[in-house]
Amino acid sequence: MNIAVLSGKGGTGKTFVSVNLTAAAQNANYIDCDVEEPNGHLFFKPENISVEEIAVKLPLVDYKLCTGCRKCVDFCAFNALAYIGGKVKVFDEVCHSCGGCLLVCPEKAVSEKDKVIGRVERGQSKNVGVHTGILNTGEASGIPIIKNLLRDMKKDEQGLNIIDCPPGSSCIVMESIKDADYCILVAEPTIFGLHNLKMVYELVQLFSKPFGVVLNKCLKGKNPAEEFCINQNITILCKIVFDKMLGTENSNANIIVRENVEYNELFTSLLAKVHKEVQYETTPGA
Amino acid sequence: MKQLLVLSGKGGTGKTTFVSAFIKLADAHAYADCDVDAPNLHLLMGQGISPEETDYYGMPKAVIDAKLCIGCNKCKSSCRFDAIVVTNGYMVDHFACEGCGVCAAICPDGAVTMQPAIAGKLKLYRQQNKAFSTAQLKMGSGTSGKLVTEVKKAMNIKMQKQDFAILDGSPGIGCPVIASLSGVDFVLIVAEPSMSGISDMKRIIQTAKIMQTPMAVTINKYDTNLTKSEEIEGFCREEKIPFIGVVPFDKRAVEAINSGNTIVDIDCVSGRAVKEVYEKLIKIL
Repeated sequence: MNIAVLSGKGGTGKTFVSVNLTAAAQNANYIDCDVEEPNGHLFFKPENISVEEIAVKLPLVDYKLCTGCRKCVDFCAFNALAYIGGKVKVFDEVCHSCGGCLLVCPEKAVSEKDKVIGRVERGQSKNVGVHTGILNTGEASGIPIIKNLLRDMKKDEQGLNIIDCPPGSSCIVMESIKDADYCILVAEPTIFGLHNLKMVYELVQLFSKPFGVVLNKCLKGKNPAEEFCINQNITILCKIVFDKMLGTENSNANIIVRENVEYNELFTSLLAKVHKEVQYETTPGA
Repeated sequence: MKQLLVLSGKGGTGKTTFVSAFIKLADAHAYADCDVDAPNLHLLMGQGISPEETDYYGMPKAVIDAKLCIGCNKCKSSCRFDAIVVTNGYMVDHFACEGCGVCAAICPDGAVTMQPAIAGKLKLYRQQNKAFSTAQLKMGSGTSGKLVTEVKKAMNIKMQKQDFAILDGSPGIGCPVIASLSGVDFVLIVAEPSMSGISDMKRIIQTAKIMQTPMAVTINKYDTNLTKSEEIEGFCREEKIPFIGVVPFDKRAVEAINSGNTIVDIDCVSGRAVKEVYEKLIKIL
């Protein structure tokens, strides 16, 4: 079973929820798709790490063969090629690696080279397989890294995979939830939290994913996110009350379910609830 | 004219809370929300104003004409984005399509055309001589970097030369962040005193360095972990990055935001601290 944890807004507690949910399971994989700012590994401190470098293809022009016809420059939809001073110049950062320039070059002057944009680290932390995608700074898109990470998940389809998604609702988030059986939306009790919850709510509906909400950092008083869930008849999976001790433990990158019985119970029952929801969704006629 | 951008790497450290306070303190006439994936600044700064909206066209999307398609599979085998799916004939997954045009170029029967597609909405809030530019990316769309550039352009057109512009950034270090960094004069990084916050701060500092943008660091909710706050301050000292103060955790900040106010609209500890940070920032600028 694949569970994706997302939120729209950053800092609502995606990593907190996904790390503890994975640690509360008997055996599971934690997959960190927030490749721009991956943090789960700071909590798990995995051992026996293997590293796989992730590369994309970039065009390489053979100037001996290039006649300067500029067909590649005209074709490139991303303006990654320019004809400057009698030479084709490649702007690596904006290239999408589509391979179009190779295709249109009549002289076969364009080939491809690999460019490393980041890495995937795989390790073990007690009962948890920790898979982390890390984008190098200065690189624009982590999607090739996410695609690689999600292949790990397909290798272990029988197992439990928990996906920590990046913030937002753009293509990178969509890629992360594509293969999810269930989505957990983490929301905080502010009007910002509510606005971004609405966005991911739209996103999971667009992809017809079953989902529920975890209300995090709940304070006394108004909770706009909770009101929205009640009005829209959205499943509230659990409410986590703002707790200073928890905040400190979390900021020191400690895994609370491995240290505190009450939180262990909270996350164990959250996992059980999600299991139930998924069974309900996949039972024909339910 | 100076442009200030607020970034954090990690999400939820308080970028928008800081930006909205700065706009009030500076009485800024030009500001923008570059977090097009999850914009929030308009919830505070756009109240009671209806924005001028324009459609944003991202990359075109491939469309396959079933009548012309002979099912040769050439498009599918050349697509690097797995955007061609075969269900009832050959179709394009619009979310996966990046608009490169390879399929249209390779199709021997002219069955594939590239068609314009709306990828979001640009919004411009005008009030007297103030211009606030923001946007909302369409669900699941890519090219958010390009939309960020459009948001900045829309603000720049309306801006007076002498205006001080304040830009709210997005979390992360990728495409939209890089687009927001280009051309700004200064970056303020709002850090959070946690293991995650520090790791993310270091990555955004590296990114700003690559873009050669001068910067300063401030810590929000510094008292939630004093050891980590000291660590951040020490790191800045070593790296010779100006450190311009701290803001405490304040439940009243949540109240202010939820009632549609900035934290300097009410009298609270976080509001007073942000004001001090702002004054130090102006001195550096």
